[in-house]
Amino acid sequence: MIKIDISAKNFDAGTEICELSTLGGGAVASFVGQVRGDDDVVALELEHYPAMTEKALRDIATTADNRWPLHGITIIHRVGKLEQCEQIVLVCTCSDHRHAALEACSYIMDRLKTDAPFWKKQWRRDGSSEWVEERNSDLAAKDKWQSS
Amino acid sequence: MTNELNIVYFAWVKERLGRGEERIEIPEGVDDISALINYLIRKESAYNDVFSDLAKLRFALDQDFVSIDAPLMNAEELAIFPPVTGG
Repeated sequence: MIKIDISAKNFDAGTEICELSTLGGGAVASFVGQVRGDDDVVALELEHYPAMTEKALRDIATTADNRWPLHGITIIHRVGKLEQCEQIVLVCTCSDHRHAALEACSYIMDRLKTDAPFWKKQWRRDGSSEWVEERNSDLAAKDKWQSS
Repeated sequence: MTNELNIVYFAWVKERLGRGEERIEIPEGVDDISALINYLIRKESAYNDVFSDLAKLRFALDQDFVSIDAPLMNAEELAIFPPVTGG
């Protein structure tokens, strides 16, 4: 079961975890990404390519599903302007054993950074803003999965 | 038959061009994204500014990521944007 949700609305990680935990696996892994408060950043604005986003997320989830023995995958990604400490993204995976669940969760997060059409703009306390640039560490994290 | 293409822009590409979407006619001989970019740069100086550093641009054709040398074929929509930063 693959669930993809792209929305401006907030999500409840507990509810999503409970939903996956009913699928029969012995392991549920989850990751929540939220707005960091460093460098005077007070908000992140997330733009996306609506016609493409769901397809891109489903491709990533399907690849994970083919690589690990999973019972279910949930990916929720928010868009719009999000304040410090607000949740941005949830990835949740359910498998029979923890290694598959944890690895698949990590893999999906790494691919969300580099293979999904989202763009982040940082808003600072003084009212200035700039688009976040691609990070080499994110590209390296994605490549790691191709060689392993 | 004229070949038309929808182009959509995102993030700073959209901001600097001052538009998020437009429809263009592809001239004869323009077969791939690279050739299309060169055509646009020649057509209007606004593109020249935004497309000056091609290393900072990424592309999708009909909602699939592609490289700059991808053939346009009969694609309906081209997206031009900076490297993605999701997650």
